[in-house]
Amino acid sequence: MFYRLSGQFRTSYYEDNRLIGEKLERTVFIATMLVASIAIPLVASPYLLSAVLIPFLIFSLAALGLNILTGFAGQVSFGSAAFMAIGAFASFNLLLRVPAIPSLLAFLLGGMCASAIGVLFGLPSLRIRGFYLAASTLATQFFIVWCLSKVGWFTNYAASGVITVQHVAPLGFALDNHVSKYLFVLVVVTTLTVVASNLMRSNIGRSWMSIRDMDVAAEVIGINPLYAKLTAFAVSAFYCGIAGALYSYAYVSTVEPDGFSLDLSFKILFMIIIGGLGSILGSFIGAAFIVLLPIWLNVFFSAMEHFSGLKAPSGITSNVELIIFGGIIIVFLVVEPHGLARLWQRAKEKLQIWPLSH
Amino acid sequence: MAFFVEVLVGGLLAGVMYGLVALGFVLIYKASGVFNFAQGAMVFLGALTATGLEQQGVPLWLAIAMTAIFTVVLAILIERLILKPLLAQPPISLFMATLGLAFVIEGLAQAVWGNNARALDLGIPDVPLEWLLDSTGVGVSTFDLVASIIALALIGVLSAFFSLTKTGRALRAVADDTKAALSVGIPLERVLIIVWSAAGLVALVAGLLWGARNGVQYSLTLVALKAFPVLIIGGFSSIPGAFAGGLIIGASEKLADVYIGPMIGGGIESWFPYVLALLFLLVRPEGLFGDRIIRRV
Amino acid sequence: MQNAIPPLLQLRGISLRFGGVAALANISFDVQEHEVRAIIGPNGAGKSSMLNVINGIYCPQEGEIVFNGEKRTRMSTRMAAAAGFARTFQNIALFQGMTVLENVVAGRNLKFKASLLEQAVWFGRARREEAAQREKAEEVIEFMELERYRKKVVSQLPYGLQKRVELARALAAEPRILLLDEPMAGMNAEEKREMCRFILNSNRRDGTTIILIEHDMSVVMDISDRIVVLDYGRKIADGQPKCVRDNDEVIRAYLGRSERVG
Repeated sequence: MFYRLSGQFRTSYYEDNRLIGEKLERTVFIATMLVASIAIPLVASPYLLSAVLIPFLIFSLAALGLNILTGFAGQVSFGSAAFMAIGAFASFNLLLRVPAIPSLLAFLLGGMCASAIGVLFGLPSLRIRGFYLAASTLATQFFIVWCLSKVGWFTNYAASGVITVQHVAPLGFALDNHVSKYLFVLVVVTTLTVVASNLMRSNIGRSWMSIRDMDVAAEVIGINPLYAKLTAFAVSAFYCGIAGALYSYAYVSTVEPDGFSLDLSFKILFMIIIGGLGSILGSFIGAAFIVLLPIWLNVFFSAMEHFSGLKAPSGITSNVELIIFGGIIIVFLVVEPHGLARLWQRAKEKLQIWPLSH
Repeated sequence: MAFFVEVLVGGLLAGVMYGLVALGFVLIYKASGVFNFAQGAMVFLGALTATGLEQQGVPLWLAIAMTAIFTVVLAILIERLILKPLLAQPPISLFMATLGLAFVIEGLAQAVWGNNARALDLGIPDVPLEWLLDSTGVGVSTFDLVASIIALALIGVLSAFFSLTKTGRALRAVADDTKAALSVGIPLERVLIIVWSAAGLVALVAGLLWGARNGVQYSLTLVALKAFPVLIIGGFSSIPGAFAGGLIIGASEKLADVYIGPMIGGGIESWFPYVLALLFLLVRPEGLFGDRIIRRV
Repeated sequence: MQNAIPPLLQLRGISLRFGGVAALANISFDVQEHEVRAIIGPNGAGKSSMLNVINGIYCPQEGEIVFNGEKRTRMSTRMAAAAGFARTFQNIALFQGMTVLENVVAGRNLKFKASLLEQAVWFGRARREEAAQREKAEEVIEFMELERYRKKVVSQLPYGLQKRVELARALAAEPRILLLDEPMAGMNAEEKREMCRFILNSNRRDGTTIILIEHDMSVVMDISDRIVVLDYGRKIADGQPKCVRDNDEVIRAYLGRSERVG
């Protein structure tokens, strides 16, 4: 009833190319941003900020990075955690070794390091595809984590391999409490999301999708697969790298290379499968889901214990989490291969014609 | 020299085991055209179930038999709940579904049997063969030798089964062209169930052998990841290829770890096979024994 | 008369083998600018392989291609696209996950000049370009009568429409030579007529040179200026529709040996 497209006319291609086309959606977006940037910092508890919202935003960014590569450009990767590690450790070393480097620049360069290595490890994608490529990204994952933990220089010769990141103040904005960390992450993630949306409505986004959908036809219309694939690897690794830097500087503050394990890569992959491959919104929905699920499960199990008086076996939450993750992935692939984002899209279409059915 | 041989033989024996794990992948790849990521979880589940039952007081042979039956039931469930509904989807979807399956199986296995590592004793002594040690100075464990013989026998039996029997021919037809196979009346469901059961049984044997060697624990699932490079080198669709790939990975991994490892900090086993496979891919993308694919438009 | 103008495209002694199988054996023919040139032949004659050689998907073992006076032993697919070749495929090769509009605009991808950074910030050239190319793409969409479907994802469209979208994507590139691999396969008479109209319009209005593979003989005879006939990778006839129609070898190739038919 309220969600109507009629009466909104677009009179130029500029208008039709806008990021958010419909008026109502624009309003909702602005309202969300206002709530996220003003209301939440005022009222949210430190727990909500540090254990839910900050990781949600950071994982959304990593998921968006992987989605660019896998969902949009069609190259499956198991190496996203490794690129996060590069972003984290490159930023750490830049801040450590380059005197007076602005922290924002260090993060940016950290992302670019990830980008450069992403291009390097993306080279095999020019010859191999599908499972074979997925297998080769395992090499990336294992090699980079090994390299970061074996070469002492990267961790500044920390005996345990664990580093404690420096206190930073990007643009004079000290990341020393939950609210400032949250706001910084929010700004970075929002900016990069807008950038990703821009890329997707541009020629490069179309090139990625055409390589994904039909690579021979893409070449026939003049798309350079080398350029398309390597830019996808570069941009994707950049996003993951920035996510890694945020992960260590605004979320956990002590990191070790082994923290960026294959399991984390899988988690990010699951976010985009559940949220929706090839959907920017889906990256956020998937990340929210995967961040919230363990929290809900814990609440659920402790409530069960409280009411039934029975003690759940130790470690049961993590196992139930595994089963639910896996189960949901299968259900999604069978029932809705395009993920939660597509469900939302459908609901939207229904809403636009409500209360009629067609 | 004796040391080199010892390392090499150790690597080759480990390689036979890799080959055995990879064999499970090949079977499923041939039937479903997908890299079954859950194979590692199946290895883990098989070993854990058999060990768990045994520790409940069930005799070992019965525990293994019960696990085998359970494996077949699992294969039927997988066919019904996952493979059938996903038949029309692109292979990459099926691949991701097996990723989900891996998580479900791992979660279930640990929810039922607990998260602790367990010891498994198959009754084969893990001591060097004395006559070999005395005569040549090369130490080879009896257990490794017996395990390799079991693995080799299994590889032999399965290749014979799938190349000589009617089911084997049906499998090859399905692998070639699922739709065409269906249209000439090949019972796809039955072929899929047989193949997944066979893969499950291979996983069980692999799990028992690996588990007896290193303990039944979560890291068994990682053994399966090693199958990736093994299959890349051997080719996804070839049983002898899986075997050869296993040997190459096993031997080169051990040799690299002993001879190159110390120079660059050790622990290179974690990535060496993958990088080797990657280099291999760049030279020969279809693997040693895989089919060369002509891309048609 | 024809000898006076050098042909736009010349194929000289093209041979293509897959392993031991000869797909094309020593084939030569030429294509004049602005003509509609058909390639016909029974199944497996090597027609699609011929198109694949022309736009660089396959690299022939022998022979050379002269395009616009320049000699090339091999031309990569992208070079072909840049030189003005566009193409449709026998089995639809659209970008199934993209909308009709995105597919058509993607057809113009070589006209985009903005850098990655400009595209990322959606500023200046990137933004202008997007609107300008969109306008051109809309012309093709209008020409192909696809306006109603422009925001629909291609995979949700019926087969006949997908064929049309594929032609639209090829036309969007404003090609000099258009390679069409069975553009009317699987269509009903009505759809075929429409498709013929689109093809001929493009040929007459924009002067696009067309190389066409088609099985429907009445269509081929109607719209093509000259026809090449292939059989088992060999060229068995070449000329105007009426000559080809009366050629004995062509009849044999299509109907089998005359004594067996008789």
